[in-house]
Amino acid sequence: MKRSAIVTRLIDPAALIAEVRSPAYGAISSFIGTVREINDGRKVSAIEYSAYAAMAESELTRILDEAEERFGVQSIVIEHRTGTLELGDVSVAIVAAHEHRASALDCTRFVIEEIKKRVPIWKMEHYVDGTREWVDPTRAAEASRT
Amino acid sequence: MSTVTVQLFASYAELLGASTIEIPLAPDSTVNELLHHIRLLPGASMLPATPRVAVNRAFASSDQRIQSSDEIALIPPVAGG
Repeated sequence: MKRSAIVTRLIDPAALIAEVRSPAYGAISSFIGTVREINDGRKVSAIEYSAYAAMAESELTRILDEAEERFGVQSIVIEHRTGTLELGDVSVAIVAAHEHRASALDCTRFVIEEIKKRVPIWKMEHYVDGTREWVDPTRAAEASRT
Repeated sequence: MSTVTVQLFASYAELLGASTIEIPLAPDSTVNELLHHIRLLPGASMLPATPRVAVNRAFASSDQRIQSSDEIALIPPVAGG
């Protein structure tokens, strides 16, 4: 099982684990991203995720292929949700299975870091004070360097 | 001259006030030349110096050549996860 998808429904991590689970593997690693209530000291009320879905799915497929080549992981599922998410909702889930733990763990870490660098997905944060802002990680990185 | 359609998303769509824009472009123009034309549009002064561009659903280099049939998009800083 190797697949990725941009979805607009709830993500069910247990269902994804069931997809990759097999007696062939001794390890399943997962990363679950959820909506946090505080960002940069501001109280978040909701996050609106949007995507260039066609390219996001192509980019996720390329990441899956790279992950297989690097870590030998053949059983991996990625789902990323778009739309308006509430606090605590799952925004992304990555589940990877392998014979041994090191490859499964490294693969999961690789996939989430690549998603953050290159998959065209954006988030608009809505704050409890009624304001809103596009999240720009490149600006945050610049600020932390200065 | 031919025309290329450029898709805009998220903060860039807000800056330029549209989800797609049409740019007249000489055949065989590069991504860099396309960006030069986009920078002349109202609202575009707020764009970064070199925004990322995707051609046919993959990131493109600044010297990549563009055809009018290509699927082109400006990609704001991504924030998935």
